[in-house]
Amino acid sequence: MAEPLLSVERVSRRFGGLLAVNAASLSAPAGGITGLIGPNGAGKTTLFAIISGFLAPSEGMIRYGGEDITGEPPHRLARRGIARTFQIAQPFAGLSVRDNILVGAHLHLPARDAALAAAERVGREVGLGEMLDQPANTLTVAGRKRLELARALAIEPKLLLLDEVLAGLNPSEIRDIVPIIRAICGRGITIVMIEHVMQAVMSLSEHVFVLAEGRIIAEGSPAQVAADPKVVETYLGHGAAAKLGTVHGH
Amino acid sequence: MNRLLPIVVVAAALAAVPVVVESNAVLNFLVVALLIALAGQGWNILGGYGGQYSFGHAAFFGTGAYVTAILQVRYGVNAWVAFAGAVAAGAVVGAVIGALTFPSGLRGSYFALVTLAFAEVLRIVASVAPITGAGVGTLIKLDLRAQALQFQSRAVFYWIILGLVAISLLIAHLLERSRFGVWLIAVRENEDAARALGVDATRVKLGAMVLSAAITATAGCFYAQYFLFVDAGIAYGTWISIEALLTPIIGGAGTVFGPLLGALVVKALGEAAKLAAGDAPGLDLIVYGAVLVLVIWFAPRGLIGAVTDMRMRLTRRSLPSRSPAREVSRG
Repeated sequence: MAEPLLSVERVSRRFGGLLAVNAASLSAPAGGITGLIGPNGAGKTTLFAIISGFLAPSEGMIRYGGEDITGEPPHRLARRGIARTFQIAQPFAGLSVRDNILVGAHLHLPARDAALAAAERVGREVGLGEMLDQPANTLTVAGRKRLELARALAIEPKLLLLDEVLAGLNPSEIRDIVPIIRAICGRGITIVMIEHVMQAVMSLSEHVFVLAEGRIIAEGSPAQVAADPKVVETYLGHGAAAKLGTVHGH
Repeated sequence: MNRLLPIVVVAAALAAVPVVVESNAVLNFLVVALLIALAGQGWNILGGYGGQYSFGHAAFFGTGAYVTAILQVRYGVNAWVAFAGAVAAGAVVGAVIGALTFPSGLRGSYFALVTLAFAEVLRIVASVAPITGAGVGTLIKLDLRAQALQFQSRAVFYWIILGLVAISLLIAHLLERSRFGVWLIAVRENEDAARALGVDATRVKLGAMVLSAAITATAGCFYAQYFLFVDAGIAYGTWISIEALLTPIIGGAGTVFGPLLGALVVKALGEAAKLAAGDAPGLDLIVYGAVLVLVIWFAPRGLIGAVTDMRMRLTRRSLPSRSPAREVSRG
């Protein structure tokens, strides 16, 4: 395995008495798609917020490209090449789709014409080509997810953190967006994705980490993780793995 | 360059007024309206484009007015130099207030209240400090020469303030098309999303505050030069904070022409009310209040916003409606 682009080392985050993330460690190899799954409230989004600089960890360290980036503010991490999407899409509602993407494109392109051209190119890449002049608040949920993706891509990231870009989409919408994510990875952008939609995350990622109650309880290839009794129990309840085992006779 | 055409046309049309109209009352009305438009454009940069609603732009207006007056009267500085120095002083006050509020994450009504408090503190200090002339105020000596930035003819003053307003329109126009402006609007729309895209929100807001303060301070400088008198109630009074925010909101916050349109409409209605009902104190405030309620009710994005909305609705009606289902099938 290649040198990891991102490594999270024993990161914890407390909110008062609540330990939302508990000594979680994970790493993402450069150029791959790494999945982060777990039941509701496991701390996935909190962990993402820490990696992208929106929250400071209570303990632990985050390395990116070998450098310690713990506690750096989001805008500086964006400049380093870390982009994130938001679980609940956060469009600039009053602006057109094109102007939404333009904000990101301006990060490395100060000139307006160049940034506009880049915004248009990225918009087409994610399939928003015909909606560029539409106000962002008229987009459907699927459109908003694409816009999240487009804005993040516009900053020309090296690492893309996708927070449930498939959640809330219907199966045909998911089928449309999965190839886009593959294509992004094909361009050499490292992806870490939080996902609820199991089927998609299992087919997309090479390596999966499972977070439950703030801890990483399992990791491995999608098949290994799916067969891990700890993971099955986390999702289906205590004793579920044993029951499943007897039913299927494994 | 045809994007600049509206600014050129409006400025040229307004510049022709003194050639056609000789009434001093009309010119005086327009000078005051343009003065408010300039102060309002300052507010518009921070409030309209940046979404940071200040209730204390008097802090900048007053600093501009006082520094212009005091440099001339107490230190014998040339009026033009004093004018430039006062604009810079306004920008510094903006930088200080911005540096004290934005990094600590003050937003929304908290930001509004803190700016109001700054302006009030400055007003109280100015009403007792010896350097400002305390309660008596500061009078600039009458000296009708160009090097003293004073003119016999009202028309010259009018053209000067018009020139300043035209520059402020140009600044807003350039802002809209610059990276800084795009980032500023992004911060207004959604600060967290902007930060995730590499926007240093604190720095962008601070920059907007400095630019905003400098423009509103320029209006203050002009006020001092035009009326040749400044006291605490005029310079740092809440009246100017209110007018500076009212005019862009009524005209259309976050638009190039919003403050100018708002100032002309609001001031014209205020004058009309005075003509109709006599010069009752506070009448103009009642008119402002009524206009504000009507605008927020019927045109929440201001007069210019209402016009663009209407135009969009008309063009949309003429186009076949777009079904959202089409989006799904695209891959």
